[in-house]
Amino acid sequence: MFTSNPFAALSEFWSPLVMQSYVVLMAIAVAAGTLFDIVHKGSARYFFDHWRQSKSNGIQKIEGGELMSIAVQTAVVDVLASGEFCNARRRVAHLLTMYGFVIHVVATAVLVFLYPAAPTPALWPQLWWIGGLMILVGGYWFWFFIRVDVAAEGNSPFRVMHADLFILSLLASVTLGLIWAWLQTRGSAASGPFFGLHIIATTVLYGSVPWSKFAHMFFKPAAAFEKRVSKANGTAENLPTLTRDDPEQQARHSMELLRTAPMDMGLGIKREPPRHY
Amino acid sequence: MPTFVYMTRCDGCGHCVDICPSDIMHIDKTYRRAYNIEPSMCWECYSCVKACPQNAIDMRGYADFAPLGHSVRVQRDEQKGTIAWKIKFRNGTEKNFLSPITTKPWGTAIPKLADVPGPSKEMRDSQLLYNEPKWIRMDDGGLRTLEAAGLKLQKGVAY
Repeated sequence: MFTSNPFAALSEFWSPLVMQSYVVLMAIAVAAGTLFDIVHKGSARYFFDHWRQSKSNGIQKIEGGELMSIAVQTAVVDVLASGEFCNARRRVAHLLTMYGFVIHVVATAVLVFLYPAAPTPALWPQLWWIGGLMILVGGYWFWFFIRVDVAAEGNSPFRVMHADLFILSLLASVTLGLIWAWLQTRGSAASGPFFGLHIIATTVLYGSVPWSKFAHMFFKPAAAFEKRVSKANGTAENLPTLTRDDPEQQARHSMELLRTAPMDMGLGIKREPPRHY
Repeated sequence: MPTFVYMTRCDGCGHCVDICPSDIMHIDKTYRRAYNIEPSMCWECYSCVKACPQNAIDMRGYADFAPLGHSVRVQRDEQKGTIAWKIKFRNGTEKNFLSPITTKPWGTAIPKLADVPGPSKEMRDSQLLYNEPKWIRMDDGGLRTLEAAGLKLQKGVAY
């Protein structure tokens, strides 16, 4: 089951060109949807206005190598390791879903474009399955236990709203896709309807970018980069920069009560999850 | 000065929803990020601003006494046991403050009231409140004072 290419069987009915055209169409839908989202919300204009303002107010000039170093830090810590999450469970769930999505999408593209009908190396179908299962573990964990309107607001996990368009269409697409592949290897006639549902859910996922939070994968790294730059250039978004690490601050009268206190006082309100609603 | 949320900073962790005493910090139905559902009911207590781990919540000053260009931002560093404020005036003047918010590591000074034996009839009938006079130390070296704690009062305003 894990080593057979689910798309190869489809080539008996459809030309590989149809499948490939569909994948290209979905990629175009994501690009067009993201551009529309940027223009419609004015997020790019906001980003560059904010960027110019931060640059003009900055105490230190950040250019060239330092800017590159901040970009690398953003890519490694904030993007590749989901470093902005303060909740460890959310971070693990996000990493599972994000890497699962990347692996699943890349494996799908390879299977559809390189091995649409030919014998397929076992690695790619295995990656397709692993990526899909990672999405399901991270996504359902998030959906039922971690998402904030369930964890903090106390709402039912079955309460669906606009914000769920992205996660639900992603979960539906992958769940139905894996069920379709499983039924196909068993030779079940039910695989056809499941494939149809999988295509509908996938079209909703990639076609609804302007109305879902799909585009967060583009604007979140931009916001994380801007945050790091503002810290480096001294504006820090007007946030205070005084800390207890500074010996001058330690010597101040108002800090007398902390003179012998440890530098690590442990966790405060984060000792418990925010579930006192 | 009611709160508002920078949507690109918020990661929807729910700490502000949890802590808001006015119950007006909620999760947006479209983007699953926090927002202030009713700014006119905001107590301006800054609880959510201090609790936000992403510093995604800011205050919007009323135009009559806090015109454009000012900023009051806060960073509550629980690990270091401090709170820092940066006050920026419209004319560019800046004031920075750093103060303690605890003197002992978090969670180490919680009285274990469940282990305390219940009050006797004599204590119930007494005029004294719970743990008086022990906790005000009337019978144990006098009242708690700065001198007793090894501190001294400085003249003027100490920043």
